[in-house]
Amino acid sequence: MVTLVVKRIGFMIFTMIVVSLILFLLLETEFTGDPATRVLGQFSNEEQREIWREQHGYNQPVALRYVKWLGNFATGELGESIRFKGPVADVMLPRLWNTAILGFWTFAIMIPLSLTLGVLSGMKEGSKLDRAISVFGIITTSVPEFASAVIFSALFVFGLKWLPGTSSMSGGFEFKQLVLPAMVLIVYDFGYVARMTRASMAEVMTSQYIRTAVLKGLPYRSVIVKHALRNALIAPFTVIMLQINWLLSGVIVVEFFFAYKGFGALILEASLNNDIALLEACAMVAVCVAVTTQTIADIGYTFLNPRIRFS
Amino acid sequence: MEPTIAKTEMPKVGYGAAIWRALKSFGLLRESWVGMVGTFLIIFWVLVAIFAPLLAPFDPNSSIQPFAKPGVEAAKAGGTFWLGTDHIGRDILSRIIWGSRTVLIYAPLATLSAYTVGILMGLAAGYRGGWVDDVLSRIADIILSFPVLVLYIIIIATIGASGVNIIIAITFASSPGIMRIVRGLVLDLRNRDYVAAAQTRGESDWRVMLVEILPNARGPLIVDACLRLGYVIITIGVLGFLGLGLPPPDPDWGGMVNETRQMAIAFPHMTLFPCIAISSLILGFNLLADGLREISLRD
Repeated sequence: MVTLVVKRIGFMIFTMIVVSLILFLLLETEFTGDPATRVLGQFSNEEQREIWREQHGYNQPVALRYVKWLGNFATGELGESIRFKGPVADVMLPRLWNTAILGFWTFAIMIPLSLTLGVLSGMKEGSKLDRAISVFGIITTSVPEFASAVIFSALFVFGLKWLPGTSSMSGGFEFKQLVLPAMVLIVYDFGYVARMTRASMAEVMTSQYIRTAVLKGLPYRSVIVKHALRNALIAPFTVIMLQINWLLSGVIVVEFFFAYKGFGALILEASLNNDIALLEACAMVAVCVAVTTQTIADIGYTFLNPRIRFS
Repeated sequence: MEPTIAKTEMPKVGYGAAIWRALKSFGLLRESWVGMVGTFLIIFWVLVAIFAPLLAPFDPNSSIQPFAKPGVEAAKAGGTFWLGTDHIGRDILSRIIWGSRTVLIYAPLATLSAYTVGILMGLAAGYRGGWVDDVLSRIADIILSFPVLVLYIIIIATIGASGVNIIIAITFASSPGIMRIVRGLVLDLRNRDYVAAAQTRGESDWRVMLVEILPNARGPLIVDACLRLGYVIITIGVLGFLGLGLPPPDPDWGGMVNETRQMAIAFPHMTLFPCIAISSLILGFNLLADGLREISLRD
């Protein structure tokens, strides 16, 4: 158990270092085009670029630059954002907080919903209810986030006039503005979690101990609640943790569409405006979140599964 | 008298027989109405893409009459804008029809390219094992730990938005997932007798992998390919929507939404119809995948 945790965390750190190397190669070196041109624009002249390179230390050897760059990252010196004219950390932190709020509400509704639907359809594999839930899940996951955002806006903003069409929160935080972004994310993501829960539940329902519980005459409800659910919910735990990775992709689309001032929209803005320092910091944070949740998912899974825990 | 031996029924192993078998297993789809609906949606869009020049009532890139609502008669050009026009006066129905070509060319190409890389990596990792497996699996783990869209944005932001670059980005981001699936299948298949037989015959490693193992792993891979095609269409749509997709003016469903989303409140038809188009095509692939899985589980 302890060796596993150490191994996982070791791999996590290794991943972060490799990712930082990839980011560095892609964004900071001549490998994919001149960084000076990227920052100063294509209409800058060679003299300006040379001055910029000298100022920002781009004339030093690549390896030295990478070590310095990584050192800056590790000590929290993320540099200046060109687009927002300020330190990257100051720009990023409020955005991260906003996305955390959006993510919290999305998960708070999506998890109970998808677990319930998954358990209901996994209880009796192949039943009418099971097929109905599965097909419904397929339909909702087939609509890309931007498309469901358009459809919901047409319905709730344009048609029924219930909800505001943007979530910029320009007049202070308003819960109403959070409804549509969260709804879009939930509708796109719940089908996958429900499907995984269903598979796990269906597998448990065919196991020997469930048959024993049914045959010894336990009430159906207690078979499900006391015997099946506990084991069936181990696998979805992993899926839900990994879902955070998907959510990071989803928020980019949703925040862009609804003009929500979150982390996803920030990544996009940084890349569209060639704000390299900001893009690097955002990408590192995103990967950091993703890798951490994956590690937690792995460790959590082994911890929850008694067969591995006690072996 | 002709020799009778020649007439003995031998199992045919030619392309004809293989195609016939494929058609017959395709006919099994009848048993799954979900799969049938999916197939119908895909065939519909494929036909639309093939016959785009005949079906489209207007030129998709020429500006005719801006801000026309659905069903408005074209004043000068003649004909009707069944789905309206966009902010610079291009007919939306024609753009959707031509846009189906864009999607149905790039999505299969990108999926095919991702599959080629993923299958080769997966075969090598699963069959060779050892350090090859370790290295390839670690690479896959690292790429898969990226949030996908962040990865796309970084790649496209550095190498630029174009059709080829989108295919490169999709291959880079999705081949590790395919590699994992293939690797798992190969680990299961490589100890079979027919693999041992081929090895004993002295077949080369790549021949064993490609001729003996790969065809026997096709079932789960076909289902996965359908799902992945749907997902690649989502990706292409999302990139277009974020303004990182194929360069204008040629129609692309995601790009159409991006161009007109500012006007969505006043003219919802501009964004709504491309969204329905892309969703129905993705739904087609997802339903087909579900139908195929259902049938494969039944046998």
